[in-house]
Amino acid sequence: MTFWETIQAIGPEVILAVGATDLLLLTAFSKNPNVIRTISLISVLLLLAASAALLGPASHAGNLFHGQFRADAFSAFAKLLIFLASAVAIAMAPGFLKREGEAHGEYPILILFAALGMSVMVSAGDLMMLYVGLELSSLSAYVLASFARRNTRSSEAGLKYFVLGALASGLLLYGISLLYGFTGSTVFEDIAIALATPASEGIELGRLFGIVFVLAGIAFKVSAVPFHMWTPDVYQGAPTPVTAFFASAPKVAAMVLLTRLVIDAMGPATDAWRQIIIFMALASTILGGVAAIGQRNIKRLLAYSSINNVGFALVGLAAAGLAGVASVLIYMTVYVVMTLGSFLVVMRLRGADGEQLESIDSLSGLARSRPGLALAMMTFMFSLAGIPFFFGFYPKLMVFDAAVQADLAWLAAVAIATSVIGAFYYIKIVKIMYFDEGGPELTTEKEPVASGLIALTALAVSPLGYLAIPYLETATTEAAASIVQSGPVVPAAPQTLASGH
Amino acid sequence: MIQVAVFYLFATLVIASAVMTICARNPVHSVLWLILAFFNAAGLFLLIGAEFLAFLLVIVYVGAVAVLFLFVVMMLNVDFAELRAGFSNYWFPVTLLAGLLLFEIIVALVAWDAGGITIAPRAPTPENVSNIEAMGQAIFTRYIFVFEAAGIILLVAMVGAIVLTHRKRGGVRPQNIRKQIRRNPKDAVVNMQPGVGQGVEL
Repeated sequence: MTFWETIQAIGPEVILAVGATDLLLLTAFSKNPNVIRTISLISVLLLLAASAALLGPASHAGNLFHGQFRADAFSAFAKLLIFLASAVAIAMAPGFLKREGEAHGEYPILILFAALGMSVMVSAGDLMMLYVGLELSSLSAYVLASFARRNTRSSEAGLKYFVLGALASGLLLYGISLLYGFTGSTVFEDIAIALATPASEGIELGRLFGIVFVLAGIAFKVSAVPFHMWTPDVYQGAPTPVTAFFASAPKVAAMVLLTRLVIDAMGPATDAWRQIIIFMALASTILGGVAAIGQRNIKRLLAYSSINNVGFALVGLAAAGLAGVASVLIYMTVYVVMTLGSFLVVMRLRGADGEQLESIDSLSGLARSRPGLALAMMTFMFSLAGIPFFFGFYPKLMVFDAAVQADLAWLAAVAIATSVIGAFYYIKIVKIMYFDEGGPELTTEKEPVASGLIALTALAVSPLGYLAIPYLETATTEAAASIVQSGPVVPAAPQTLASGH
Repeated sequence: MIQVAVFYLFATLVIASAVMTICARNPVHSVLWLILAFFNAAGLFLLIGAEFLAFLLVIVYVGAVAVLFLFVVMMLNVDFAELRAGFSNYWFPVTLLAGLLLFEIIVALVAWDAGGITIAPRAPTPENVSNIEAMGQAIFTRYIFVFEAAGIILLVAMVGAIVLTHRKRGGVRPQNIRKQIRRNPKDAVVNMQPGVGQGVEL
């Protein structure tokens, strides 16, 4: 492969890296106090350009850099989701940051760097690439969490996220070193071959420990129970656009990374990781459903909702196989749209003086004061609850279908039960909006960008979304087929130690 | 044979200076002992044929110690005048120490030429390729993507630190170089002729 072909295959990453560093110069030397608007606009264009670059070799070039980087349909699908979610997170922010007095041009740039890191994550075919991508996106996220530095809650969120994130990185690195030590390689393919080769009991045990630690480290990033403790505090404390970003793109990236890791690298050890994933899926759906009931802050509630949703996606992952992987992708796609829409509505909830309202009580009477906003919120809530005929029902159906196909009907049954618990608090919000009296007075300021995005996302998850199913199914099946092998991995001769050449 | 002797020399000195690092009463002395420990550890690396790690240890750690030194000076209020006062009393041991370090470097190079110690099996290095060359080959070809991405991580860390701490302060009076240069005696000097018994009125 020539140099130019390689550059084309990593086109989205090159566009983001070069664009973000150049924008950094622009924001550093600009004297214009409104520079954040220009930079946000250019950043959104860069993300769209990176998405357009996915049409080229970036979606089918195959293995690059000795198998460390995968440019396949699976990563391209995830990258498209990540770039679009990041673009929405950038577009919704300037007005908010201006009101907070923190309108620095670094906000869109840090999101660009985070998107770059996530794009590396979903393409990773090597444990080192995985770690570097994860760390790039996490480091940007820590800074973004405490971006409103005059706000103590925001600083607290950043610090908590940083300390716990460092702990998770430590767990992950420990697991990586164990896996490398006991399989002799950091490349996913070679790890799969080594795991498929029977070894002595001690080595098997070492590999198992490696798998457990790596899964624990990544479970922290997707905020699956029992590694979810940071989520409510960080989501509540971080500025709202940042929270919307956290709940969307990084979740997709970490979920897709986890999927590729367990299917590609740990495929032969399915028995080992499946029980871990099943446990996390059950714990996340149950805790996400039950703990959300008592919440009074809407951002906290959405944090528990995201834990709950990750649990459902993990149900699909536990099913593995083509149907399972495709259902994870479908679930994450619809989840991203629903969650971004909900946060866009939350950002529109501002009092008469323009102060941000975050308590659930402030939603009362929204149906009378702002009927359009209430209708959109109702669509998102019904969709998140998975009420039939709203689009959120479809991914849940696919996930449960995949679980039943993989002989995990009991798992699907338990997940459906917890879904009913979760429906309680989603419907409670609808009830507060439509039947309760006396909410605070809301600002009448017009925000065309946010309103347009809310309308767009609400339409996408309304029953109209079913029109997109054929396209979604083709795309996700093709993406899943690019990582799921048709047959079981054949055990090969014992590997010699990789010499680095 | 010479390698084994050199190994014991370095190992003893590493341990001894490490002990002195934590036992020294004066923080500045601690730092100096730490540097000695690093130099000897670098010698141990040289002995096993890992010359790249040895250089890295000297360049990075001894460099980092310089920064540490700065912090010690800034934070612990060490009286340097007092330290320097007895400088002439110490010239002999200090010169001895410096001579010892020089001697060690020469010995290490001789021992390295003699072929290094054979230790337990490690990752094979290709024939006739030095460590540094092998590292460079791996980093800049096979692992170039990871390497560049790591560079971007460092950039993000730097940007993050600046975003979170940099703020425009009101009420400061920065130096205005243009104004200083354009100032001339006519603006700055006034001739006064005070009468007898009167003060100057400004």
